[in-house]
Amino acid sequence: MSGQPLLLLRDAHRDYPHSGEPVHAVRGVSLDITQGEYVAIIGPSGCGKSTLLNLLGAIDRPTKGSVTIGATAVSTLPDKAATHFRLTNIGFVFQRFYLLPVLTAQENVELPMAEAKVPATERRSRARELLGYVGLAARADHRPAELSGGEQQRVAIARALANRPIVLLADEPTGELDARTGGDVIALFDRLNRDGMTIVVVTHDEKLAGAARRVIHMLDGRIVRDEPLLRRA
Amino acid sequence: MRFQLAALSLRRHASRTLLAVLGVAVSAAMLLDMVMLATGMRQSFATLLGRNGFTIRVSPRGTLPFDTEATIAQARDATITMQRIAGVTAVAPVLGTTIHVLGGPNPVTAFALGVDPAVQGDYELLEGREPVADALVASDALLRATGARIGDTLDVAIGFDPQIRTYTGRRRVVICGRARFTYLSADDRAAALPLASVQAMGGPDRSDRVSLFMVRTAPNVDPEATRLAIERALPRVTALSTAGAIAEAEHRLSYFRQLAFILGAVSLIVGFLLVTTIVTVSVNERIGEIAIMRAIGVSRSHVVHQIVIEGIGLSLTGAAAGLILGVFTARWLNSILRGFPGLPDAIDFFLFQPNSAFRALALLVASGVAAGIYPAWRAASLPISATLREEAVG
Repeated sequence: MSGQPLLLLRDAHRDYPHSGEPVHAVRGVSLDITQGEYVAIIGPSGCGKSTLLNLLGAIDRPTKGSVTIGATAVSTLPDKAATHFRLTNIGFVFQRFYLLPVLTAQENVELPMAEAKVPATERRSRARELLGYVGLAARADHRPAELSGGEQQRVAIARALANRPIVLLADEPTGELDARTGGDVIALFDRLNRDGMTIVVVTHDEKLAGAARRVIHMLDGRIVRDEPLLRRA
Repeated sequence: MRFQLAALSLRRHASRTLLAVLGVAVSAAMLLDMVMLATGMRQSFATLLGRNGFTIRVSPRGTLPFDTEATIAQARDATITMQRIAGVTAVAPVLGTTIHVLGGPNPVTAFALGVDPAVQGDYELLEGREPVADALVASDALLRATGARIGDTLDVAIGFDPQIRTYTGRRRVVICGRARFTYLSADDRAAALPLASVQAMGGPDRSDRVSLFMVRTAPNVDPEATRLAIERALPRVTALSTAGAIAEAEHRLSYFRQLAFILGAVSLIVGFLLVTTIVTVSVNERIGEIAIMRAIGVSRSHVVHQIVIEGIGLSLTGAAAGLILGVFTARWLNSILRGFPGLPDAIDFFLFQPNSAFRALALLVASGVAAGIYPAWRAASLPISATLREEAVG
């Protein structure tokens, strides 16, 4: 591992109440991820992978412990500040794409920039640039229903990159894609990482995990193995 | 972008949105009609009474104008007494009676007013000239019923003695004009004659008597003070200012107003519930999308604004459609209600008053804002990670 520490978890716990009993989704996880890393978090269903990703992305707060992104202790940020932090610093990609069906691909990519009050001309140009980067320049005016699953996920990736985040977090990004389109997404992540983007991905997909430079194994809310993979040529 | 998103969300289920807008429009139309009904009668009655500048009506003590057949005696003296009261600029005596127009196959009965043509406020001369001795002006309905025209002479009686089967107070009078009677309907057969003629035709029972005085006051004078002065000067009369008459009418029409208020409130509540339901359903369908929006950094206020805008959009569009629908239904209902016999032409049940109408519709739009707040608050308060987890499972 090299570069600056970017994401730091210290003794992070996350408990959920369930039928009056607490469910310990994450139990005392400490983790450092440095700038430029490509990390895959793997493990069986219900082991706490997505919860950990939500903690890393300031979507959720630890019950105990701390989460720091860059120089910001996000686990103590009030909701409004956490929302703004996510908007400007974190890119999210989800399994089900979740593009707004009423907007075109271009408008979906513009949405986070509009929220960040980026001027209209600048965001249009940036959205076109990003759609070009993910290979969908020609589909900019299409609505999600007119795109394939792979195309929708690539639009979602372009949306995640809109505000130039410092880290890209992806939760099962190939989970709803077939092997070929999943391969396109894996290749895109690889290219993004080569271009300097820090990526953390939660996955069951062995190919996607194999593309990462570091794989974290989770079980029952704990990290049980943290191994760097050999860099590919 | 929140306006664009709100508009697109409404368009997403166009038929549902259209039905909701129609529902709000019907609710708005009913609210508007009830406001028009609640305020219209009062306003049109006030306008009617305010015509010709008469601000006080004087009738026999304890009665309302033309409520009974009672009359005020010594009318000439009463006129002079009132003319001497400060602020009084004109006194118009009126004696109401029934006349029978004879000469045709069947006698035609009509309502007749004895007036002082110089100061009268009971009719508007449409054609011809003011009546002098042995002349009258007639309503179109009377002219139609008698088949007479201006210049014709009518055989008129003021009473009928059933014992001797003879008409009394007969006189031949010339039709000198055609008039529209302010306080009567267009279908009423009516005539106006000089007061002295009616009093003379009525014999000793009507001599120097009137049913009513209408009093005009100077613009800078408080009619209420003048009213009190009249009652002090003439103990055998009841004086009623226009404001008092309106209050009396309002009292009598209070059931109308209460009904209008209740139906208006029901319309408002129905509109509110309709918008709340539609927006809530729409939000529930988009729970996952909203959670994702929040996850990628879209603020709570954006979510709240967008959903409230959707509520306002539904209410505003519905209110605009309801305004048109309400005005048309009010016109239709008004034409039905005005068909009731005996109502003055000038009375409107539904009167469009822009201020009241727009206040009511603003209330409806405000209820649309309130209707959007609950689902908006609910959507913005979603725990993002829990919602995403549930959506992933779902």
